[in-house]
Amino acid sequence: MFAFTIRRIAQGILVMLIISFLCFTIQHAIGDPVRDIVGISVSAAEREALREKMGLNDPFLSQYIRFLGKAVRGDVGMSFFFKKPALEVILFKAPATLELVFVSSVIIIFISIPLGIYCAINPKHILSRIIMGMSIVGVSIPVFLTAIMLIYIFSVELHWLPSYGRGELVNIGGWKSGLFTISGIRHLILPSIALSSIMLPLFIRLIRSQMMEILETEYIKFAWAKGLHKRRIWFIHAFKNTLLPVITVGGVQLGTMIAFTILTETVFQWQGLGFLFIEAVERADTTLLVAYLMVVGVIFVVVNTIVDLIYGLVNPTVRIQGTR
Amino acid sequence: MGTLARIRQSYILYSFVRDWVAITCFIVVCILILISFLSPFIAPHNPYESASINVMNAETPPMWMEGGSSEFILGTDSQGRDLFSTLLFGMRISIIIGCCAVILQAFLGVIIGLVSGYIGGRLDSFLMRMADVQLSFSTMMVAIFLGAIFQAAFGVAMYERFAVVLLVFIIGLAEWPQYARTVRASVLAEKQKEYVEAARVIGLNSARIMLRHILPNTLSPVLVISTVQVANAIMSEAALSFLGLGMPVTRPSLGSLINSGFEFIFSGSWWITLFPGIFLVLLILVINLLGDWLRDVLNPKLYKG
Amino acid sequence: MEHLLELQNIVVRFALRFGDLTAVDDVSFTLDRGDRMGLVGESGAGKSVTGFSIIGLISRPGYIASGRILFEGTDLAHLNEEALRNIRGNRISMIFQDPMMTLNPVLTIGTQMTETLQAHMDITDEEAAAMAVDRLRMVHIPSPEKRLNQYPHEFSGGMRQRIVIAIALLMDPALIIADEPTTALDVTIQAEILDLLLELCATGKTGLILITHDLAVVSQVTDKITVMYAGRIVEMGSTDTIIHDPRHPYTQGLINALPGSRHTGSRLNQIPGMMPNLLTIPPGCSFHPRCPFMMDICTKQAPRLKYYKEHERQISCFLMENQNKGSI
Repeated sequence: MFAFTIRRIAQGILVMLIISFLCFTIQHAIGDPVRDIVGISVSAAEREALREKMGLNDPFLSQYIRFLGKAVRGDVGMSFFFKKPALEVILFKAPATLELVFVSSVIIIFISIPLGIYCAINPKHILSRIIMGMSIVGVSIPVFLTAIMLIYIFSVELHWLPSYGRGELVNIGGWKSGLFTISGIRHLILPSIALSSIMLPLFIRLIRSQMMEILETEYIKFAWAKGLHKRRIWFIHAFKNTLLPVITVGGVQLGTMIAFTILTETVFQWQGLGFLFIEAVERADTTLLVAYLMVVGVIFVVVNTIVDLIYGLVNPTVRIQGTR
Repeated sequence: MGTLARIRQSYILYSFVRDWVAITCFIVVCILILISFLSPFIAPHNPYESASINVMNAETPPMWMEGGSSEFILGTDSQGRDLFSTLLFGMRISIIIGCCAVILQAFLGVIIGLVSGYIGGRLDSFLMRMADVQLSFSTMMVAIFLGAIFQAAFGVAMYERFAVVLLVFIIGLAEWPQYARTVRASVLAEKQKEYVEAARVIGLNSARIMLRHILPNTLSPVLVISTVQVANAIMSEAALSFLGLGMPVTRPSLGSLINSGFEFIFSGSWWITLFPGIFLVLLILVINLLGDWLRDVLNPKLYKG
Repeated sequence: MEHLLELQNIVVRFALRFGDLTAVDDVSFTLDRGDRMGLVGESGAGKSVTGFSIIGLISRPGYIASGRILFEGTDLAHLNEEALRNIRGNRISMIFQDPMMTLNPVLTIGTQMTETLQAHMDITDEEAAAMAVDRLRMVHIPSPEKRLNQYPHEFSGGMRQRIVIAIALLMDPALIIADEPTTALDVTIQAEILDLLLELCATGKTGLILITHDLAVVSQVTDKITVMYAGRIVEMGSTDTIIHDPRHPYTQGLINALPGSRHTGSRLNQIPGMMPNLLTIPPGCSFHPRCPFMMDICTKQAPRLKYYKEHERQISCFLMENQNKGSI
């Protein structure tokens, strides 16, 4: 387990290095750090002097190493638009996205597990067929369309729920949370439903197919032969084994989830990372864009590593040889 | 081989004829493709011809509603273009981008998968690691990043001019790992088999063995993936366009049409969003259903994950 | 006297899209308390399906089409699910082929044992654990108390099969059905497991049905043999008589194929051909395409299982019916 942990962390660091290299290449190719600092109303000679001073004329590799050194210390450059360190801007916006992802994950977990199990246990039942049919429709509706339709129905027509923003926030040690006020929660409902709408069908299908596979195994047959109650076989014997692959895929799907926060936040003008990213693209704020890539990269690598380690802990038979 | 292919084809036909969902989906796909490609002939207006567009007509509701006009069946969009015509032209762009992107993905993915699986070793683990990383970032995320980077690099005007090519390139580049992994898996399985060994003993070279002997055996999973990938590519294109990283409003795809309609939903002009939305969902849904059906029939060992 | 188990004309079919497939065709036999019967045949002969049909666990599209399964007087073929559940693992328990696959990888041995007890009895965790330890001791697992908290992957294959046997013994069943219990094990461990089975059956009043393709195993453990071919019984009698004097050509083929039945260095005798799959069972006697003594009638008519006093067994073969042809 220890060697496994070390290997996984080493792999994570390697992936991070590759990501940082790509990010730096992008920044090097399209960014203009001089403009980011002094703006555009400075003479060419002055800019050239500044370039030299900032080491922008150094060889590519030594610039990369400098970039890496700074990045490790949390300095990924200044945002052109905000005139603030990019990381600071990102950390300021992060709680909104994290809360959205958290609430959506809760929705996904609490709905997909019971429905997935139900469909696996009663594959021929009419209700299972309806759930599976709905799930393929669900997969086919783009998340931004779901979001717009939710706004139109619940905000524009029915006036039940607010259509944009985060509502009233509570400041908890620098973390601006919308989870503790009625207004904050009302604002969360539509975005989190929209965000979970695309992942939910995927997870229902995943849990169903995994569980159906498990139900065919010898040890489940043996459990029947032992005369256990069916509920125990389904929820203890089969479900515990179903969870393992689902955890792995869940970790991988986090990437998809973050991609969808960009769409969801754009529709709801949710002041989170995704919205920030699209703004940065529109404002050609290269540093901020690259910083976002780096932060998202770190999140992916950390989550995937943790998921792998949890998998190792949950699964007593783990004897992974570095491959998945 | 010929006989085998014939049996398989007849089996596909057999299951197809018995499955009304598959038949319905196939018909719907055909109709959608047909009307979108015939759009220059059947559309009542030409949305690209600025002379025929009158801003005074903007936001006209569908013809059956109060204020609607029989000239514009589904109403008009924010610029006064006939929504139905714009929608047909938009769907054509979506389908073209979706199919071209899938061809590019398949091309990249199949080659990488073949080489990776056949040669193996360091190259294999490097390529697959790359596919892993890219997949863990999710294809949609990679596409959005690439779109953002290209737009920053080329500038908005340039990007919009070459939007179709760029979108094909972005989506193609973002989704090759799916193919690569599947093809690699079937190459590994085929490599074990005796006919490959025999071909090698005869002295055929690697490229020939790969292309003539292994490739044909990997085609059924590739076919299954391709169907679902077209749906995914259309979805990705719509998402990129919705974010303003895709087709410009002057030459809208379904996604950018939805985007342009979004602002007007608050003033009650729901149709600009809803109709393109319905066509987009319908298109993706029937392709997905066909893909599901094809997977059940061909039942290839797909890469899971 | 009432038999422990009596199968009466059991027919098992699998419902497939293009029609039903008969996997077990008109199988009847009886088993008394303490009897040890071997159910022998090639894979696909329907022996496992027969075994699973007894406790109502035939996998999905399969079902018992007709016949009765009388166990201690009740008909298991027509019993409701809850009553059947209460018999499984309690009065009748099973041992599966591959001990690596039989135990749930994410649950401890202790859990997998106590849950069985608690499914059939109202006892506390401590009492259940004590009983589990007792059974583990019976199957010679050293320091069983410590073992309860371990997971299956911490045991070797032989140890796991012992644990599976311990689980089968938990409720002191009247009948154990062992489906190829030694096939997946090393030869040395096979012998240990067989000894253990024999030891456990000899002490109690437990009946045993040993499903296997391995005649050597059967001859070591059982006192009765039922030979199946393509879903039907072809020969049934005491182990002694059948092993030393097989009468049905198929049984003869099986015994001739055993290493050791010939001189060392000579080739093993294989039965020519393959057992038909259930889709292509030939008309008449299903063994006739492979039978060295095939007669005209064999291709047209199926022989019936009959008792032959002079051979002390039941045989289903026209050679026996037609005594004029002489012995073979």
